[in-house]
Amino acid sequence: MTTDTLDKTILNKYYEQMFLIRIFEEYCDRLYKQGNIKGFCHLYIGQEAIAVGSINALTKNDYIITHYRDHGHALARGMDPNIIMSELMGKTTGSSRGKGGSMHLFDTNLNFMGGHAIVGGHLPIATGLALGLKYRKENGTVVCFFGDGAVNEGEFHESMNLAAIWNLPVIFFLENNYYGMGSHISRTHSMGENISKIADSYSVKSIQADGMDVLDVAKKTKSAIEKIRKGNGPVLIEAKCYRFRGHSVQDPQFYRDKEEIEKWSNRDPIQTFKNFLIESGTLFEDEIQKTERKIREQVEVAVKFAQDSPLPHIESAYEHIYA
Amino acid sequence: MPKMTLREAISFGLTEALDNDSDVFLMGEDVGKFEGSYAVTKGFLDKYGKDRVRDTPISESAIVGSGIGAALIGLKPIIEIMTINFALLAIDQIVNHAAKLSYMSDGQLQVPIVIRTVTGGGAQLGATHSQNFENWFASVPGLTVVTPSDPYDALGLLRTSINSPNPVIFTEHATLYRTQGDVPKKPYSIPFGKAKIKKSGTDITLIAYSKSVHTALEAADLLALKGISTEVIDLRTLNPLDTETIVNSIKKTNRAIVIEETWKTGGFNGELIARIQENVFDSLDGPVGRINSDDVPSPYSGNLESSILPSANKIVDLAHDLYGI
Repeated sequence: MTTDTLDKTILNKYYEQMFLIRIFEEYCDRLYKQGNIKGFCHLYIGQEAIAVGSINALTKNDYIITHYRDHGHALARGMDPNIIMSELMGKTTGSSRGKGGSMHLFDTNLNFMGGHAIVGGHLPIATGLALGLKYRKENGTVVCFFGDGAVNEGEFHESMNLAAIWNLPVIFFLENNYYGMGSHISRTHSMGENISKIADSYSVKSIQADGMDVLDVAKKTKSAIEKIRKGNGPVLIEAKCYRFRGHSVQDPQFYRDKEEIEKWSNRDPIQTFKNFLIESGTLFEDEIQKTERKIREQVEVAVKFAQDSPLPHIESAYEHIYA
Repeated sequence: MPKMTLREAISFGLTEALDNDSDVFLMGEDVGKFEGSYAVTKGFLDKYGKDRVRDTPISESAIVGSGIGAALIGLKPIIEIMTINFALLAIDQIVNHAAKLSYMSDGQLQVPIVIRTVTGGGAQLGATHSQNFENWFASVPGLTVVTPSDPYDALGLLRTSINSPNPVIFTEHATLYRTQGDVPKKPYSIPFGKAKIKKSGTDITLIAYSKSVHTALEAADLLALKGISTEVIDLRTLNPLDTETIVNSIKKTNRAIVIEETWKTGGFNGELIARIQENVFDSLDGPVGRINSDDVPSPYSGNLESSILPSANKIVDLAHDLYGI
């Protein structure tokens, strides 16, 4: 693990956000199993370095659009944990007053454009956001997160091609966690682990990042943005990573063995970064513990806020079908 | 009052929008250099340039999806999907995304796109190029479905569509582009969900949209020869639907036949009949009739195709069978 910056504030922020996501998701797991969160709930545990490293490389003028495993991106962008937790519990204080749920978080004040639950479906929309920026000659980059499963959807290919021929300011950010639900990439993609080579087919530059290393993700995202700001069109970033939990909370994970999970757990992005911070003398252990205590309290507050919030009024089910 | 064809009316509406609002741009397969597969955008590329008249690859999902994305940050894309048959390649974008984003974000997002698309049969284009799916889209909350039958309505409804903050499926029947009609110079627009009584009558109500309005008017002429006074209603939009105009008409005529070009099974006519029996059952002298295309894929050969499509004679015969008129 290396870094160009030893800015303590930034490094601390990375740790804080990654830890926030981890604890938030652990609470979600528990609350789901207790029946407080319903529907589908996909945890981001294991992939925290990606959302935190990449989103912190953006400015407020940039746009983010993501897949259904979206709690981590929302938190990294600065969405209020209270509001997210309320949405997960279907409460009126949620980001969509309980009409979106776990997979559909939105905060337009932060240019956080969702939370989309059809695999690959948001890639054309990301392309359109970038088209909009270019059409209006506005500065800004769109970052579109998706998983390895989405690469097999036609919408991925149509979007890559369109973004390339129109030279659009979009980062297609592939979070390759090796599994589309329960199917390993070696069984679903003709190029297997070399999946990112697909970018060559569209003359799109691809960059590899270590998805378990927040500093590497940050560095690679910055280099992609620089390229895009020079007007050099879309970039595909592939970050190999691993989700430590099942596809969703209910997943019994019959399709992968313990050794594999263990191997990746040894590279836990939060533990690794914590070790780095201490060993490099950036932060003392007690400073980290203080941060961790603060975060745990913050999540507890969010859970309580959500639990104490009222359910939405029935009339709201009929609102905003049309703008 | 100047006369225009339906093609000219739509073309005029697009020009006007491009002239008046820099947030409006067009996008679709061969809308630019080719000038539109139905020649609606003739001369546009030269006049507005390639940023505002965007030729796309043959990628319907990316066309609609990128339109949605541009709309989310405040632009007003007008998208051309060459025919409604190809809209099936973009149905995920239309149904799962365009129609849902306002609702799922609780109003944080708006999707002001217009998807213009050519619908309908009657041109011997075979089973994959002659379909009508307006009824499918009309069943989706969040979408607006527009089905004009003449140049006046096409222009008035196009203006409303472009100004709508919601996704609009704007259908243009393949065989109506040369239809002529009066179009006033003075600007006007037509609200969604307001049907038009094309012809007043007292004995029977024919309810139709798009091309079938012309079939209904033809049937009304034939019925007139038998001394029957027919009221013809043009729905103009399927969603929102003007139930009130239908109900008021049937209260007067006590008889009704619904006509459309899509298949009978699962067609919009079934919805219309349900609404009629929910609202005006007691006024009916007999069962409501329906004329659709027969439940077969559209055949190529002209005599086969015309035999499965709605026709004025089929309407006249059904009126006789149902009501003895």
